[in-house]
Amino acid sequence: MRTRGHGPRNKSGVTAVAVLGLILATPLYADSGLPPAALANTQLRDPVLESKAQALMETLRCVVCQGQSIADSDADLAGDMRAMVRQRIAAGESPASIRRWMIERYGEYVSYDPPLSAVTAPLWIAPILLLAIGGWLARGSFKRRRRS
Amino acid sequence: MKRGLLWLPFMAFALLFGVVAYGLRSPADRQIHSKMVGKDLPAFSLPAIIKTKPGLDSALFKQGKPRLLNVFASWCIPCIAEAPQLMRLKAMGVPIDAIAIRDTGPAIQGFLSRNGDPYERIGDDKISQVQMSLGSSGVPETFVIDGQGKIVLQQIGEIREEDIPAVLAALQGKK
Repeated sequence: MRTRGHGPRNKSGVTAVAVLGLILATPLYADSGLPPAALANTQLRDPVLESKAQALMETLRCVVCQGQSIADSDADLAGDMRAMVRQRIAAGESPASIRRWMIERYGEYVSYDPPLSAVTAPLWIAPILLLAIGGWLARGSFKRRRRS
Repeated sequence: MKRGLLWLPFMAFALLFGVVAYGLRSPADRQIHSKMVGKDLPAFSLPAIIKTKPGLDSALFKQGKPRLLNVFASWCIPCIAEAPQLMRLKAMGVPIDAIAIRDTGPAIQGFLSRNGDPYERIGDDKISQVQMSLGSSGVPETFVIDGQGKIVLQQIGEIREEDIPAVLAALQGKK
Protein backbone atom coordinates (compact mmCIF):
# COMPACT_ATOMS: atom_id res chain seq x y z
CA MET A 1 0.00 0.00 0.00
CA ARG A 2 2.67 2.38 1.04
CA THR A 3 4.78 1.89 -2.01
CA ARG A 4 1.73 2.16 -4.25
CA GLY A 5 0.83 5.40 -2.59
CA HIS A 6 4.35 6.56 -2.93
CA GLY A 7 4.41 6.20 -6.68
CA PRO A 8 1.80 8.76 -7.60
CA ARG A 9 2.89 11.17 -4.91
CA ASN A 10 6.39 11.00 -6.17
CA LYS A 11 5.17 11.48 -9.73
CA SER A 12 3.11 14.52 -8.81
CA GLY A 13 6.14 15.86 -7.01
CA VAL A 14 8.17 15.48 -10.19
CA THR A 15 5.38 17.12 -12.19
CA ALA A 16 5.22 20.00 -9.74
CA VAL A 17 8.95 20.56 -10.06
CA ALA A 18 8.69 20.36 -13.85
CA VAL A 19 5.81 22.85 -13.94
CA LEU A 20 7.63 25.17 -11.56
CA GLY A 21 10.70 24.88 -13.78
CA LEU A 22 8.66 25.82 -16.83
CA ILE A 23 7.18 28.82 -15.05
CA LEU A 24 10.56 30.02 -13.82
CA ALA A 25 12.36 29.35 -17.09
CA THR A 26 12.51 32.58 -18.99
CA PRO A 27 13.62 32.74 -22.60
CA LEU A 28 16.95 34.44 -23.15
CA TYR A 29 15.40 37.12 -25.33
CA ALA A 30 12.12 37.77 -23.60
CA ASP A 31 9.69 40.12 -25.29
CA SER A 32 9.00 43.57 -23.95
CA GLY A 33 5.61 44.49 -22.56
CA LEU A 34 5.28 47.45 -24.91
CA PRO A 35 2.60 47.42 -27.65
CA PRO A 36 3.86 46.97 -31.22
CA ALA A 37 4.99 50.04 -33.17
CA ALA A 38 2.30 51.94 -35.07
CA LEU A 39 2.89 50.39 -38.50
CA ALA A 40 4.12 46.96 -37.37
CA ASN A 41 0.77 45.25 -37.93
CA THR A 42 -1.17 47.94 -39.78
CA GLN A 43 -1.17 48.07 -43.56
CA LEU A 44 -0.47 51.27 -45.42
CA ARG A 45 -3.59 52.96 -46.84
CA ASP A 46 -2.21 53.04 -50.37
CA PRO A 47 -2.41 49.45 -51.72
CA VAL A 48 0.41 50.05 -54.18
CA LEU A 49 2.78 51.18 -51.43
CA GLU A 50 1.61 48.39 -49.12
CA SER A 51 2.31 45.71 -51.74
CA LYS A 52 5.76 47.20 -52.26
CA ALA A 53 6.40 47.12 -48.51
CA GLN A 54 5.00 43.59 -48.23
CA ALA A 55 7.26 42.30 -51.01
CA LEU A 56 10.28 43.80 -49.27
CA MET A 57 9.30 42.49 -45.83
CA GLU A 58 9.02 38.98 -47.21
CA THR A 59 12.64 39.09 -48.37
CA LEU A 60 14.17 40.58 -45.22
CA ARG A 61 15.30 38.10 -42.61
CA CYS A 62 14.24 38.47 -39.00
CA VAL A 63 17.45 38.79 -36.98
CA VAL A 64 15.86 37.35 -33.84
CA CYS A 65 14.15 34.20 -35.14
CA GLN A 66 16.54 33.58 -37.93
CA GLY A 67 14.52 31.16 -40.08
CA GLN A 68 11.72 33.62 -40.75
CA SER A 69 11.19 36.75 -42.77
CA ILE A 70 10.17 39.86 -40.86
CA ALA A 71 6.74 39.51 -42.51
CA ASP A 72 6.28 36.12 -40.78
CA SER A 73 7.86 36.79 -37.42
CA ASP A 74 6.15 37.79 -34.18
CA ALA A 75 9.38 39.01 -32.57
CA ASP A 76 9.37 42.58 -31.28
CA LEU A 77 12.33 43.57 -33.41
CA ALA A 78 10.67 42.14 -36.54
CA GLY A 79 7.60 44.26 -35.77
CA ASP A 80 9.77 47.33 -35.40
CA MET A 81 11.49 46.48 -38.69
CA ARG A 82 8.11 46.17 -40.43
CA ALA A 83 7.12 49.55 -39.01
CA MET A 84 10.36 51.05 -40.31
CA VAL A 85 9.91 49.51 -43.78
CA ARG A 86 6.32 50.79 -44.09
CA GLN A 87 7.27 54.22 -42.78
CA ARG A 88 10.11 54.62 -45.23
CA ILE A 89 8.13 53.23 -48.19
CA ALA A 90 5.33 55.67 -47.34
CA ALA A 91 7.90 58.47 -47.26
CA GLY A 92 8.84 57.60 -50.84
CA GLU A 93 12.03 55.61 -50.30
CA SER A 94 12.66 52.76 -52.74
CA PRO A 95 12.69 49.14 -51.51
CA ALA A 96 16.19 48.69 -52.95
CA SER A 97 17.51 51.56 -50.88
CA ILE A 98 15.91 50.21 -47.68
CA ARG A 99 17.40 46.78 -48.38
CA ARG A 100 20.80 48.41 -48.88
CA TRP A 101 20.41 50.22 -45.54
CA MET A 102 19.66 46.92 -43.78
CA ILE A 103 22.58 45.11 -45.47
CA GLU A 104 24.89 47.97 -44.42
CA ARG A 105 23.93 47.25 -40.80
CA TYR A 106 23.39 43.51 -40.58
CA GLY A 107 25.30 42.23 -43.60
CA GLU A 108 23.99 40.32 -46.62
CA TYR A 109 22.69 37.80 -44.13
CA VAL A 110 19.62 39.97 -43.55
CA SER A 111 18.49 39.74 -47.18
CA TYR A 112 16.68 36.71 -48.61
CA ASP A 113 17.57 37.94 -52.08
CA PRO A 114 21.28 37.16 -52.34
CA PRO A 115 23.11 38.89 -55.19
CA LEU A 116 25.55 37.02 -57.42
CA SER A 117 28.94 37.39 -55.75
CA ALA A 118 32.07 35.33 -55.17
CA VAL A 119 30.43 33.77 -52.08
CA THR A 120 27.07 32.97 -53.67
CA ALA A 121 28.45 31.97 -57.08
CA PRO A 122 28.39 28.20 -56.27
CA LEU A 123 24.65 28.49 -55.57
CA TRP A 124 24.05 29.86 -59.05
CA ILE A 125 26.61 27.82 -60.95
CA ALA A 126 26.19 24.41 -59.27
CA PRO A 127 22.76 23.60 -60.82
CA ILE A 128 24.02 24.45 -64.31
CA LEU A 129 27.15 22.40 -63.73
CA LEU A 130 25.15 19.42 -62.43
CA LEU A 131 22.79 19.59 -65.42
CA ALA A 132 25.78 19.59 -67.77
CA ILE A 133 27.28 16.56 -66.02
CA GLY A 134 23.91 14.81 -66.16
CA GLY A 135 23.60 15.53 -69.87
CA TRP A 136 27.09 14.22 -70.50
CA LEU A 137 26.37 11.00 -68.54
CA ALA A 138 23.06 10.51 -70.37
CA ARG A 139 24.71 11.00 -73.73
CA GLY A 140 27.27 8.32 -72.84
CA SER A 141 24.67 5.74 -71.92
CA PHE A 142 22.52 6.43 -75.00
CA LYS A 143 25.55 5.89 -77.23
CA ARG A 144 26.31 2.56 -75.61
CA ARG A 145 22.75 1.32 -76.12
CA ARG A 146 22.82 2.17 -79.84
CA ARG A 147 26.01 0.16 -80.31
CA SER A 148 24.59 -3.04 -78.83
CA MET B 1 40.00 5.68 -67.42
CA LYS B 2 36.87 3.55 -66.84
CA ARG B 3 38.37 2.23 -63.62
CA GLY B 4 39.03 5.71 -62.31
CA LEU B 5 35.44 6.70 -63.07
CA LEU B 6 34.21 3.79 -60.96
CA TRP B 7 35.67 5.48 -57.90
CA LEU B 8 34.04 8.81 -58.67
CA PRO B 9 30.75 8.24 -56.77
CA PHE B 10 32.68 7.01 -53.76
CA MET B 11 34.93 10.05 -53.85
CA ALA B 12 31.88 12.29 -54.07
CA PHE B 13 30.38 10.51 -51.07
CA ALA B 14 33.62 10.83 -49.11
CA LEU B 15 33.75 14.53 -49.90
CA LEU B 16 30.14 15.03 -48.78
CA PHE B 17 30.80 13.00 -45.65
CA GLY B 18 33.80 15.18 -44.89
CA VAL B 19 31.79 18.37 -45.32
CA VAL B 20 29.02 17.11 -43.04
CA ALA B 21 31.46 15.82 -40.41
CA TYR B 22 33.23 19.19 -40.42
CA GLY B 23 29.89 20.97 -40.04
CA LEU B 24 28.99 18.77 -37.08
CA ARG B 25 32.26 19.45 -35.32
CA SER B 26 32.20 23.21 -35.75
CA PRO B 27 28.66 24.48 -35.26
CA ALA B 28 27.73 27.62 -37.18
CA ASP B 29 28.05 31.01 -35.51
CA ARG B 30 24.44 32.13 -35.03
CA GLN B 31 25.39 35.56 -33.78
CA ILE B 32 24.73 38.44 -36.11
CA HIS B 33 27.76 40.67 -36.04
CA SER B 34 27.10 44.29 -36.78
CA LYS B 35 28.64 45.55 -39.98
CA MET B 36 28.88 48.96 -38.36
CA VAL B 37 31.99 48.00 -36.40
CA GLY B 38 34.83 50.12 -37.79
CA LYS B 39 32.40 52.71 -39.08
CA ASP B 40 31.09 55.95 -37.62
CA LEU B 41 28.33 55.80 -35.07
CA PRO B 42 25.12 56.74 -36.92
CA ALA B 43 23.69 60.09 -35.91
CA PHE B 44 20.78 59.92 -33.48
CA SER B 45 19.15 61.88 -30.73
CA LEU B 46 17.02 60.07 -28.18
CA PRO B 47 14.87 61.67 -25.47
CA ALA B 48 15.33 60.86 -21.80
CA ILE B 49 13.41 57.88 -20.43
CA ILE B 50 13.66 58.82 -16.74
CA LYS B 51 13.52 62.29 -15.23
CA THR B 52 16.77 62.06 -13.31
CA LYS B 53 18.97 61.37 -16.34
CA PRO B 54 19.42 63.14 -19.68
CA GLY B 55 18.67 61.49 -23.02
CA LEU B 56 21.36 60.50 -25.47
CA ASP B 57 22.78 62.28 -28.49
CA SER B 58 25.36 60.76 -30.82
CA ALA B 59 27.39 64.00 -30.74
CA LEU B 60 28.47 63.06 -27.20
CA PHE B 61 30.65 60.28 -28.61
CA LYS B 62 32.84 62.65 -30.63
CA GLN B 63 34.22 64.58 -27.68
CA GLY B 64 37.58 62.84 -27.58
CA LYS B 65 37.04 60.28 -24.83
CA PRO B 66 36.11 56.65 -25.57
CA ARG B 67 32.77 55.57 -24.11
CA LEU B 68 30.63 52.48 -23.78
CA LEU B 69 27.21 52.39 -25.39
CA ASN B 70 25.08 49.72 -23.73
CA VAL B 71 21.90 48.52 -25.45
CA PHE B 72 19.64 47.10 -22.75
CA ALA B 73 16.10 46.74 -21.45
CA SER B 74 14.42 46.26 -18.09
CA TRP B 75 12.63 43.17 -19.47
CA CYS B 76 15.90 41.54 -20.50
CA ILE B 77 17.12 38.79 -18.19
CA PRO B 78 20.81 38.62 -19.27
CA CYS B 79 20.96 42.38 -18.64
CA ILE B 80 20.57 41.61 -14.93
CA ALA B 81 23.52 39.23 -15.13
CA GLU B 82 25.53 41.93 -16.88
CA ALA B 83 24.78 44.69 -14.35
CA PRO B 84 27.59 43.86 -11.87
CA GLN B 85 30.18 43.93 -14.66
CA LEU B 86 28.96 47.33 -15.85
CA MET B 87 29.19 48.57 -12.26
CA ARG B 88 32.76 47.31 -12.18
CA LEU B 89 33.60 49.16 -15.38
CA LYS B 90 31.99 52.29 -13.96
CA ALA B 91 34.14 51.97 -10.83
CA MET B 92 37.19 51.83 -13.11
CA GLY B 93 36.16 55.21 -14.47
CA VAL B 94 34.68 54.07 -17.79
CA PRO B 95 31.86 56.37 -18.92
CA ILE B 96 28.79 54.31 -19.83
CA ASP B 97 25.67 55.48 -21.65
CA ALA B 98 22.69 53.40 -22.59
CA ILE B 99 19.87 52.98 -25.03
CA ALA B 100 16.75 51.46 -23.47
CA ILE B 101 14.87 49.30 -25.96
CA ARG B 102 11.03 49.19 -25.88
CA ASP B 103 10.85 50.31 -22.30
CA THR B 104 9.08 52.64 -19.90
CA GLY B 105 10.38 55.09 -17.28
CA PRO B 106 9.02 53.29 -14.20
CA ALA B 107 10.33 49.92 -15.42
CA ILE B 108 13.80 51.39 -15.99
CA GLN B 109 13.71 53.08 -12.60
CA GLY B 110 12.88 49.74 -10.98
CA PHE B 111 15.61 47.94 -12.91
CA LEU B 112 18.25 50.50 -11.87
CA SER B 113 17.25 50.42 -8.20
CA ARG B 114 17.37 46.60 -8.20
CA ASN B 115 20.56 46.06 -10.21
CA GLY B 116 22.58 49.26 -9.77
CA ASP B 117 22.95 52.25 -12.03
CA PRO B 118 26.15 52.46 -14.10
CA TYR B 119 24.75 54.94 -16.65
CA GLU B 120 25.43 58.62 -17.25
CA ARG B 121 22.66 58.97 -19.81
CA ILE B 122 19.84 56.78 -21.06
CA GLY B 123 18.11 57.31 -24.40
CA ASP B 124 14.59 56.09 -24.99
CA ASP B 125 14.28 53.88 -28.11
CA LYS B 126 10.68 52.70 -28.03
CA ILE B 127 10.58 51.31 -31.58
CA SER B 128 14.17 49.98 -31.76
CA GLN B 129 15.03 52.49 -34.48
CA VAL B 130 18.48 53.40 -33.18
CA GLN B 131 19.13 49.77 -32.29
CA MET B 132 18.57 48.86 -35.95
CA SER B 133 20.78 51.68 -37.17
CA LEU B 134 23.57 50.17 -35.03
CA GLY B 135 23.09 46.74 -36.59
CA SER B 136 22.21 45.37 -33.15
CA SER B 137 19.89 42.38 -33.06
CA GLY B 138 19.08 41.94 -29.39
CA VAL B 139 19.67 42.94 -25.80
CA PRO B 140 22.07 43.25 -24.19
CA GLU B 141 24.71 44.43 -26.59
CA THR B 142 27.51 46.85 -25.90
CA PHE B 143 29.44 49.01 -28.31
CA VAL B 144 32.79 50.61 -27.61
CA ILE B 145 32.97 54.02 -29.30
CA ASP B 146 36.35 55.74 -29.60
CA GLY B 147 36.60 59.46 -28.90
CA GLN B 148 36.09 60.32 -32.58
CA GLY B 149 32.69 58.62 -32.81
CA LYS B 150 33.90 55.42 -34.46
CA ILE B 151 32.54 52.04 -33.34
CA VAL B 152 35.51 49.86 -32.42
CA LEU B 153 33.90 46.86 -30.72
CA GLN B 154 30.55 45.12 -30.48
CA GLN B 155 29.92 42.81 -27.56
CA ILE B 156 26.96 40.55 -28.32
CA GLY B 157 25.18 39.30 -25.22
CA GLU B 158 26.01 40.19 -21.66
CA ILE B 159 29.49 41.34 -20.67
CA ARG B 160 30.93 38.65 -18.44
CA GLU B 161 33.92 38.83 -16.21
CA GLU B 162 36.10 37.26 -18.89
CA ASP B 163 35.02 39.87 -21.46
CA ILE B 164 36.25 42.83 -19.40
CA PRO B 165 39.89 42.74 -20.64
CA ALA B 166 38.77 42.88 -24.29
CA VAL B 167 36.43 45.77 -23.53
CA LEU B 168 39.18 47.66 -21.70
CA ALA B 169 41.65 47.01 -24.52
CA ALA B 170 39.15 48.38 -27.06
CA LEU B 171 38.59 51.43 -24.86
CA GLN B 172 42.33 52.05 -24.81
CA GLY B 173 42.49 51.77 -28.57
CA LYS B 174 44.48 48.54 -28.52
CA LYS B 175 42.15 46.76 -30.88
